Amino acid sequence: MAGLSNVGRRWDSVVERYNAQPVIVKVLAITVLAVFVYALPLLRPPILTTNSIDFGGVMFRVVAFALVALGLNIVIGYAGLLDLGYVGFYAVGAYTTAVLTVEHGSWPFFLVLPISIAVTMLSGVLLGAPTLRVRGDYLAIVTLGFGEIIRISLNNIEWLGAAAGIKNIPHPTGIGAKPEPPFEAGGLFEVPRLVWDGFVPSVDNDHKSAFLAFGSRDAIPYYWLILTVLILVLIGDRLIKASRVGRAWEATREDEDAAELMGVPTFKYKLMAFALGAAIGGLSGSFYASSQSGYINPLSFPLLLSMLFVAAVIVGGSGNRWGAMAGGALVAYLPERFRDFADYRLLFFGMALTLLAVWRPEGLLPPRRARRAKQAEAEIEALEEGELDEGELERAHDV
Amino acid sequence: MDLGALFGSLDNFLSFTMGGLVFGAIYALIALGYTMVYGVLQLINFAHSEVFMYGTFAVAWTFIFLHGTESVTWSLGQALPILLVALVAAMVLSAAIALLLERVAYRPLINKGAPKLIALISAIGASFALAEAMGLRDRFASWVGLEDDLESYVAPDKARDVYSNPVTIDPEGLFDVGGYTVTDVDLVIVVAALLMMVALDQFVRRTRFGRGIRAVAQDPESAALMGVNSTRVVQLTFLIGGLMAGAAATLYMMKIGSTRQNAGFLLGVKAFTAAVMGGIGNLRGALVGGLVLGVMENWGAAVFGSEWRDVVAFVLLVLILLVRPSGILGESLGKARA
Repeated sequence: MAGLSNVGRRWDSVVERYNAQPVIVKVLAITVLAVFVYALPLLRPPILTTNSIDFGGVMFRVVAFALVALGLNIVIGYAGLLDLGYVGFYAVGAYTTAVLTVEHGSWPFFLVLPISIAVTMLSGVLLGAPTLRVRGDYLAIVTLGFGEIIRISLNNIEWLGAAAGIKNIPHPTGIGAKPEPPFEAGGLFEVPRLVWDGFVPSVDNDHKSAFLAFGSRDAIPYYWLILTVLILVLIGDRLIKASRVGRAWEATREDEDAAELMGVPTFKYKLMAFALGAAIGGLSGSFYASSQSGYINPLSFPLLLSMLFVAAVIVGGSGNRWGAMAGGALVAYLPERFRDFADYRLLFFGMALTLLAVWRPEGLLPPRRARRAKQAEAEIEALEEGELDEGELERAHDV
Repeated sequence: MDLGALFGSLDNFLSFTMGGLVFGAIYALIALGYTMVYGVLQLINFAHSEVFMYGTFAVAWTFIFLHGTESVTWSLGQALPILLVALVAAMVLSAAIALLLERVAYRPLINKGAPKLIALISAIGASFALAEAMGLRDRFASWVGLEDDLESYVAPDKARDVYSNPVTIDPEGLFDVGGYTVTDVDLVIVVAALLMMVALDQFVRRTRFGRGIRAVAQDPESAALMGVNSTRVVQLTFLIGGLMAGAAATLYMMKIGSTRQNAGFLLGVKAFTAAVMGGIGNLRGALVGGLVLGVMENWGAAVFGSEWRDVVAFVLLVLILLVRPSGILGESLGKARA
């Protein structure tokens, strides 16, 4: 399994090299990366592209799951609270949107979005306020219970469509004409995509994706929309992690009692992490509800999904936003890519999860803190062993 | 909501209570596995539900092996000889799976001193892999060309469906409690569960091995310094959890008569809930938690309708944890005194 540890080490060196570059190179690199990611479903690169299922739709799910993982990363990675029922918030977001846009109201999507975020956040506070007082492991089981309560309630309550779910959820309002099937123009402008014959690309002018218009034919506009949301959340995540709040979370996670003694109101910050994580889950759920198919039912939110999300965050490297996102993306992507092995995929997934945990317990891309902590530990050990004297250590630091 | 369904008459009330106690006894036996591992390692053994599920299959396979595939209905007395063999088979298979789990998914992590969350992930992975392996057993059999010989065991193309014991055990009513007829099956389940709990409790309190378990639960480092082999103790803990799960699986198959590859999941979650409710790490707590959960669930199903049964269980858990954050009896595997 040397290959796996190499992933992490290579990532380290990539990050270090990136950090050493001048600002202009960084901006350029990010722009190129962003353009590539935006264009991915149009480029449809061979090997990466799923064959039997619409690649745009898969990419939408990939980004939606990455967004969920980003939210869960705040709860698990930053604040250190194990939430096994996170999919409950995803469901609350999706159902709030569905109820207000079609089932019991006909409000436009972008008006409902903030409401649905607020509702999920409120549900996070309502669940968190009583349960965050209990210890970590109990929190896990209480949240697990919460996820199940949500799913079973959705299944039983007529008002929410019961087992049949909610159909015909309207799509977000676009700009320009709505693209109607089959293949009519729409949106601000249209972008053709590539088709590949083996490894030879050519432009496919018959299948164009509309920009800023959301129909039922093409998933790519939804992909662009949710990718933009993901980037916005990512920026917010970065800011909050570096802020006073982020430091308070870190202190709470490392040692709650010590943090409390140092004057960090740990309960308040834990609740904040819970609410914020819930809100991001709800946000992703809202987009999921009003996506291409416009249909949700309780089966879309199984408990299994919660486990997968937790696995995604921890395998990706709990506390590292890129690791968590990569984990979330893989959870969505791998089953679709390997549909041919459909029967075996959960078996492989389970075995891979165990092997990964055993061979690389800190996750694929552990957060920088962990690596720095490790380095410090190694130094202390070296000092204790008398292999390094203080002077040498300082010189090592200067480098 | 229909309070009358539960409290309308004493007969109804007793009947729901008794039905709940029978299920609660099974929950309690499964909960033991969670509580033992948690008490010693402070880890949620998420894959314990699969240990139980393999036990249920062992029971059905034993019946097919000794009786054949012909569907019959027997009384408990007729089925008893095979049932005893099945009990042994289930306990052996469950214990083997539990030990395998400890070796593959836990020991490397414990040795590395990995964070608890990672052990949970490892267990979740193992749980998926075990459940899927059972669901794909027909494929594995066909790889080695045995699918015809093992047809009735691997159920080709139906490996993921409900898998029934060919022998249906017909419970015989013994006496009435209120409106509930206590059957011989119910009585065996409750008595067997209670006996095993008492035996285990005494084992942990009085024997040398039990002292080792308590020592490691209390303070692993000091225990190691005093000469307790903690790896052995952890192994023993998993072994006991597996044996109890095997016994629970046999009782479950007596009552329900069928299983499937994902049968463990919900039962496992409920049993874990029971363990937490009673106070995880506390053996007597597992019994109390299991019985309370079984009874309350049945009451809830009567009042709110059976589709709300699972919701009642989880709401109850939240409520109990709010009032008593460490469970009804508190956590105390290490603190139990001989």
